[in-house]
Amino acid sequence: MQETKFHTEEGEVFRGEKRMRLNMGPQHPSTHGVLQVILDLEGEVVVRCDPVPGYLHRGTEKLAEGKYYQQVIPLTDRLDYLSPFNNNLAYVFAVEKLLGIEDKIPDRGVWIRLILSELQRISSHLLWFGTHIMDIGAITPFLYAMRERELILDIFEMCCGARLTVSYARIGGLMGEPPPGFAEKVGEFVRVFPERHAEYMRLVTRNPIFMDRAVDVGVITPEDAIDMGLTGPSLRGSGVNYDIRKREPYLFYDQLDFDVPVGTKGDCYDRYLVRMEEMIQSCRLVEQALKKLPSSGPVKADDPKVMLPPKELVISQAEAMQRHFYQVIHGFPTPVGECYGKIEGSKGELGFYIISDGSSHPYRLKIRAPSFVNLQSLPLMTEGRMVSDVVTCIGTIDIVLGEVDR
Amino acid sequence: MFSSAQSLAFFDTAASANAKVNAPNEPFIWFLQTFITVFVIMNVVLVTMAYQTWAERKVIARMQFRYGPNRTGPMGLLQPIADAVKMLGKEFIVPKEADKYVFFVAPLVAFVPAVAAFAIVPWGDARDDGILGGWIRPVIANLDLGIIYILALSSVGVYGIVMAGYSSGNKYSMLGALRSAGQVVSYELTLGLSLMGVLIQAGSLNLNDIVVQQRATVWYFIPQFAGFVCYFISGIAETNRNPFDLPEAESELVAGFHLEYSGMSFGLFYLAEYINMNAIAVVAATLFFGGWAAPFPFLEFIPGPFWLFGKFAFFLFIYYWVRSTLPRFRYDQLMGLVWKIIFPIVLANLVITAIVKIIGIQAGWWA
Repeated sequence: MQETKFHTEEGEVFRGEKRMRLNMGPQHPSTHGVLQVILDLEGEVVVRCDPVPGYLHRGTEKLAEGKYYQQVIPLTDRLDYLSPFNNNLAYVFAVEKLLGIEDKIPDRGVWIRLILSELQRISSHLLWFGTHIMDIGAITPFLYAMRERELILDIFEMCCGARLTVSYARIGGLMGEPPPGFAEKVGEFVRVFPERHAEYMRLVTRNPIFMDRAVDVGVITPEDAIDMGLTGPSLRGSGVNYDIRKREPYLFYDQLDFDVPVGTKGDCYDRYLVRMEEMIQSCRLVEQALKKLPSSGPVKADDPKVMLPPKELVISQAEAMQRHFYQVIHGFPTPVGECYGKIEGSKGELGFYIISDGSSHPYRLKIRAPSFVNLQSLPLMTEGRMVSDVVTCIGTIDIVLGEVDR
Repeated sequence: MFSSAQSLAFFDTAASANAKVNAPNEPFIWFLQTFITVFVIMNVVLVTMAYQTWAERKVIARMQFRYGPNRTGPMGLLQPIADAVKMLGKEFIVPKEADKYVFFVAPLVAFVPAVAAFAIVPWGDARDDGILGGWIRPVIANLDLGIIYILALSSVGVYGIVMAGYSSGNKYSMLGALRSAGQVVSYELTLGLSLMGVLIQAGSLNLNDIVVQQRATVWYFIPQFAGFVCYFISGIAETNRNPFDLPEAESELVAGFHLEYSGMSFGLFYLAEYINMNAIAVVAATLFFGGWAAPFPFLEFIPGPFWLFGKFAFFLFIYYWVRSTLPRFRYDQLMGLVWKIIFPIVLANLVITAIVKIIGIQAGWWA
């Protein structure tokens, strides 16, 4: 990692040696986007592995500095585009903390946030499941996983009209009330999912070839995992029981009953099992949350300084319309200060650090992207192993390049 | 091994055996008949292969909750034709780094042996005249050396892959070729040895004789079950199909040895892969599942080609099924499988078959 960050003229470096330098990516079917991995190979054995992120850099953090607080939400969709709602949520938490309105969110809004957040986690894990197994060579589980992911995307589409770039969370609540039939649809998913999940487990988990490929591959010890700052399933796979939902409960996680699966050996197979179990736990969470979800009530905080006035007032009252215009054109001011909002995203700890100078846009926004941090475990996992294991290990970290490069 | 005179004599006997059965007196008529037979059988093979790609896509699509091709013609039946037209219309790009002659020859080396394997497969009893009074015979060449011919051809096929990988001047292709060289050479060994049990049991290398024997006694997949399973696994590995598709592992080596090929030169590799698959399936059907023979005597009114085709389709289905189910091996695991598991099994199978046959002959119950 500390040597050259560029790939030199091919062959120049190792001419006359037994090594071969292979630029895997940025256009490669299983680097999950545009990750480049520079591999030095001796035969099939990886001597050195150097991940090179940056091909999808869009300057999200800088862009955010020129936008009002509420305008940053759509940017966050594009970070980890497999779990956009969780990104929205992490950002919104940070701003709500800054404004000091995190306790003003109505219960119904919080429960819906929790339900959608867990559904998003399931959908992200489903896509990870499909692509990880496809990297290992089995093509069918991907389409099985897509089938269930589609149900979740339908729920999001129902709520906000978008399937991927949802932008559904707002500072102080949600964009709007989910339509009637929301609870039934989520209930339907919760009913169907466990048996579909059992199907995946039957198909893949005890498959001897899959076990050969995953067991004892890419071992990360708990010490290494903590040293490198891994979070999420990558950390828990190594046997460290750390989950923000348990340690520092946000939303209403403290009112719900769920388990945090933890691995023992820290290999790819453990991380696989952890993620698979997390899906079931998320499903349990959604099921419980559905029971506690109030059937009616507001989903937005009652805070006129931050929230846009209701639409019916905007079209009937002059003051409301002025307030609406003012907020859209000038944003809302924030107290001077710094704050950090974080959630347990599907890939790990997703945090937004905001420095505010009192104006209506962030002075500086720093995104703690779990994929980026987790990616640094790749050389540790792959050096000394074979090319096929590199692909397995990239899959097992569950990176999304939109988040790695931001 | 053989001196040239000996080996020539060998071929003479093979040819005379063939001639004894089939050849009419006039050489020209004999030539014409052979030509027509070749034409018909090769067209059947190639059309089968084209529609096999369609069938594979349909079957796998059904296993994956998809429709598969359904835009081109009814049920997508024109898809293979559309694919062929597309491939023929594309440019044949030779990379700057490529070794041009080797690069050009490699797809042919892969393709020709694959097709040639079908020359000796009997589609009916080779001792019959065939249909139209001998104008279309059930087999192109009723070689007495049958199995050795097949093994020889499958060994040649691997050169195509190695040449392609070497000449492309691409690192992924190179890795694919290296993997392929190791893999195919190892699995060829078990492929050959797993057939030896059948040879011992039948006492012949001639495919038609083996089928006739099976019809008289029992299909060999029952006594030779271990051999059959090992043969089929080795066959999947030999044809680089999932879960042994390491030389072209899409998620690791992008496309492996045929990464740099485009247009019809890619098409030839694609064809070769599928025809090799067909060859493995058809040999499995012939040697272990009674070839053109009907399972029960009362079903013999259905002609031999239909039986062979049915059995062959069954094996292809297993190919598709395996492909859509299993993940891929890693290179060291692949080698471990062949040398530590399959190789001892086929050796044991060979020795046990030989011992049983000797005892049987001594005791007099071996027919």
